[in-house]
Amino acid sequence: MSLRSPLRRVLGLGSAKDGVGHWWAERVTSVALVPLTLWFGIALLALPAYDYDTVRAFLAAPMHGLLAVLLVAVMASHSDLGTRVIVEDYVHAPLLKVSLLLLLRFAYVLIAGAAIFAILRIVFGPSPA
Amino acid sequence: MGNTLSILHRFTGIALALGLPALACFVMALANGADSYQQAQRLFVSPFGILCLIAWSFAFFYHLLNGIRHLFWDIGLGFERRARTLSGWTVVGGSLALTLGLWTWLWLSDRL
Repeated sequence: MSLRSPLRRVLGLGSAKDGVGHWWAERVTSVALVPLTLWFGIALLALPAYDYDTVRAFLAAPMHGLLAVLLVAVMASHSDLGTRVIVEDYVHAPLLKVSLLLLLRFAYVLIAGAAIFAILRIVFGPSPA
Repeated sequence: MGNTLSILHRFTGIALALGLPALACFVMALANGADSYQQAQRLFVSPFGILCLIAWSFAFFYHLLNGIRHLFWDIGLGFERRARTLSGWTVVGGSLALTLGLWTWLWLSDRL
């Protein structure tokens, strides 16, 4: 038995090939987050103090800024993928579900955008004397 | 035990997602200058802030260890009953121990 529609069969089309896309993206981002989060955590713990100058100088280093931007982007993407599944599993009213998914996506883009913009301001901004 | 650990993975995931705006506020305060950074810092080291940071650190360690457990399952390893039980308790014990270790170290090294 085939699950393909007669039209798809006659046109020789298979699946859209993105059936595992969400699942795979969740794994890829989770694998990337292991080194990224551990780097960020250990680097923060290795700082001698948490005053303004020390923390800002740390994040202003180009390599640290780059890794922090990647960290925020991948964390937001992974959170979006994860919380999307939770909403899809538990929220069944169509309008509420779509509104929540839309709201979540907007929130993640806004939060990640704001955080990345702030990191770039620190990296490219005038270094505080 | 399996279903409890599974729902905890979701709960810790939600907690970590809620940490994202806090992290964003932190770097925005850092970008805005010394005054706003000190304001943010006061918030983070307030009793409520510390409580959140402890909860977030546990959520992070749990989600990290259990996530690695899930990745091993994804490549087909560790499905046997014994391995499942052992890795499950490793995740619970490991995340509790790492949280305790982190905050003990922070406290002993005078960073709090």
